[in-house]
Amino acid sequence: MLLNEFLFLGAILFCIGVYGVIVRKNAVLVLMSIELILNSVNINLLAFSLRNGSADGQTFALYVIAVAAAEVGVGLALVLLVYRNSRSISLDELSEMKG
Amino acid sequence: MFASDLLIAQNIGFFIIAALMVAGALRVVTTSNVVHAALWLVVVLAGAAAQYVLLAAEFVAVTQVLVYIGAVMVLFLFGTMLTRARIGAESDLNNKNWFVGLPVALTLLAAMLIALRDGFGNEKLPADAPLVSTQVLSDQIFGPYLLPFWALSFVLLAAVIGAIVLARRD
Repeated sequence: MLLNEFLFLGAILFCIGVYGVIVRKNAVLVLMSIELILNSVNINLLAFSLRNGSADGQTFALYVIAVAAAEVGVGLALVLLVYRNSRSISLDELSEMKG
Repeated sequence: MFASDLLIAQNIGFFIIAALMVAGALRVVTTSNVVHAALWLVVVLAGAAAQYVLLAAEFVAVTQVLVYIGAVMVLFLFGTMLTRARIGAESDLNNKNWFVGLPVALTLLAAMLIALRDGFGNEKLPADAPLVSTQVLSDQIFGPYLLPFWALSFVLLAAVIGAIVLARRD
């Protein structure tokens, strides 16, 4: 297997995630796109871990997974709070902080 | 550039799983149904776990299945159902930025693909690399990477407390 196969897959997933973050309006869907980005990073970390024959990449991938889980927990709590206050999770309607 | 060793079984598996993952990811960012997006995300996450197995990282693959497919997806489905009474398709999931998002994503993709092709070319992954066992991984976490592990524990604690404080009703 070539190293670039995995790196290309990670790049494609990363760009799809970036597109989702920019285009989506629903806050839950934006969080899902962020998950896509984090997974593409993990694929890169593990590919380089195998290439270099060291366990550092795998250790870091585990840390990324844990941070992603924490991020989703706090993110969804924030989304729930926004929904309770404004009855909507559309990111375009959160314009109260505009000066 | 992949034709030289396309016939290896691992390569065939890789391309099948990669095609599934890309198709699932595209559906996640284009579908008009939030629950369907969550279920397509499961396809992408399971495919990622399979790729981790191909990359000889079986402990990370199992962790991916447990944490992402087991816990994070349940959180997503809970979030969807707590914020939306409707389960069916919706029309207003996208904002007016698609004409910004598409060029940005395509430019980024082209830049990354060109850089990766120039940087790594046809470099092969070692076929007989020393296997990183779970024992080695735990030695890493509780040895040289102990400080980030502590920091991560505090991050998780803060996330739990923060989520409870944020989502409490009073």
